[in-house]
Order: sequence, then structure tokens, then C-alpha cells
Amino acid sequence: MPKHVIDPNQWINLYSDYLFNYTITRVNDREVAKDLVQDTFVAGLKSMKNFKGEASERTWLISILKRKIIDYYRKINSNKGKAEVRMSYSGDESEGDWLEERVADPFDKTAEDTIENTELGMAIHDCLGKLPEKQAKVFKMKTLLNFETEAICNELDITASNLWVIIHRARTAMAACMEKNWF
Amino acid sequence: MTKIKLECHEANHICDKNQYKEANFWEKVKLTVHLIYCRACRKYTSRNTKLTKLVNNPKVDAMDRSAKEELNAAFEKELAKQQ
Repeated sequence: MPKHVIDPNQWINLYSDYLFNYTITRVNDREVAKDLVQDTFVAGLKSMKNFKGEASERTWLISILKRKIIDYYRKINSNKGKAEVRMSYSGDESEGDWLEERVADPFDKTAEDTIENTELGMAIHDCLGKLPEKQAKVFKMKTLLNFETEAICNELDITASNLWVIIHRARTAMAACMEKNWF
Repeated sequence: MTKIKLECHEANHICDKNQYKEANFWEKVKLTVHLIYCRACRKYTSRNTKLTKLVNNPKVDAMDRSAKEELNAAFEKELAKQQ
């Protein structure tokens, strides 16, 4: 097995979206997710000497991130959970919107949907990671962040037809990759 | 703008644009006509549409630029401290 080396200079570039996507499906708040990812990188940096090279960098970072997410939930529960008094009107003299509360929420996602979506996000980022850097960047800007074509062209200093060629290659590769890993 | 028949690479280009809803009506007509007789492009279009559906899933997310820059700045600071 090849020994994995650690190179923090590349972390942000390579893993921030992957980690972010992992976090956002678990905490549902962009700001919190961003902070957690940042904490993870910092923690990773501090304990870099403990990295044995047995797992890949990304796996190692994810394992730190998992701890961070658990810590985050512990923290919000210890502060708020104690002060909160939970009441429900299950007695006979119930008042309030009890009927509405008992109806199943049509927008509620089942556990299966959520799991599937989490994995889907990971699968897409996996495939994105396999693309050449420029293709991944353009595809991400265009498709995930919904940038205007012109904005991307200005920023990366390419022409529109150039962009569409890159998009075409990226989409072909992504479709093939997803077909292999997802369907 | 008068020809109705497309080359395959043109059809693919329109199909790509269509994934971002940037193809106009005439282009869509031409693409549809092309798809009637071109099997390879039909295949490409169906894969492309599938990919779009996957990617548009609300749970697929990426960090926006400003957030990433902030993250980068904070990280650089830590990195400098370490070395």
C-alpha cells in the first residue's frame, strides 16, 4: 500500500467542497457548516504529526470533521436543551393547532431520501475530484453555484465558446462517472 | 439560421446549453429534429439530462466564493503560525 503524504497547502483546494457538502447535509446551516470545515482544517493542521499515512488525507480529515459535528450538536444541546420546557397537549383539554400537528407533513423527507441525498452529494463530489482542475472549477461554478456564463468568462479570462467546450467535456466525464458509481 | 439540419457537435452544444435553460426556441426545435434521426445524440441527451437532474438535487451543494476566500484567509494565518 502506498504511503500517503500530507500537504496542507492543497487542502482548501482539494477538500473544502467535499467536506462542506458532507457537513451541510448534517447541520443544515451554511454558516455553521463553514465554521466546522474551518475548524477541521485548523485541527488537522495542529495534529498533522499524528497523521500516520494509513488512510488518505481526505478520510483523515473526514474523521476529524465527524468529531467536530458531534461536538457541535453536544454544545447546542447542552445550552438550549436544559432551559427548554417541552409541552404538548395530549390531555383531553387540548388546545391549539393539534390537528395540524398530527397531519403528516407532505414535505417531510423520509430517512431514506435523506440518506440517498447525502450519498449523492458525496458521489458527485467524488466525480468532480476526478476531473481535471479547470473542468471541475468551471463545472462547479456553472452548475452548482449558478454563475452567469459571462461572469465565469470574465473571471477565468476565457471566451464563451471556450467555456462551452470545457462544460461539454466536464459533463461527458461526469455523466460517465456517475453512471458507473451511482446507477 | 435557415438550415434545419445540425451537425452532431452543434446538437451537443445546444443540448449542453439547454441544461442551463440557455437555448432559445429555434435551437430547441433544431435539436428535437436532430434527435429524431441521430441515435448517438439521443443517448448523449438522455445522459446529460440525467446528470442535470442529479446535480440539481437540493442536497448537492458547494461553497460559494466569498466563504471559500474567508476560509482560505483564516487557514493561511494558521499555516503561517505553524511554520
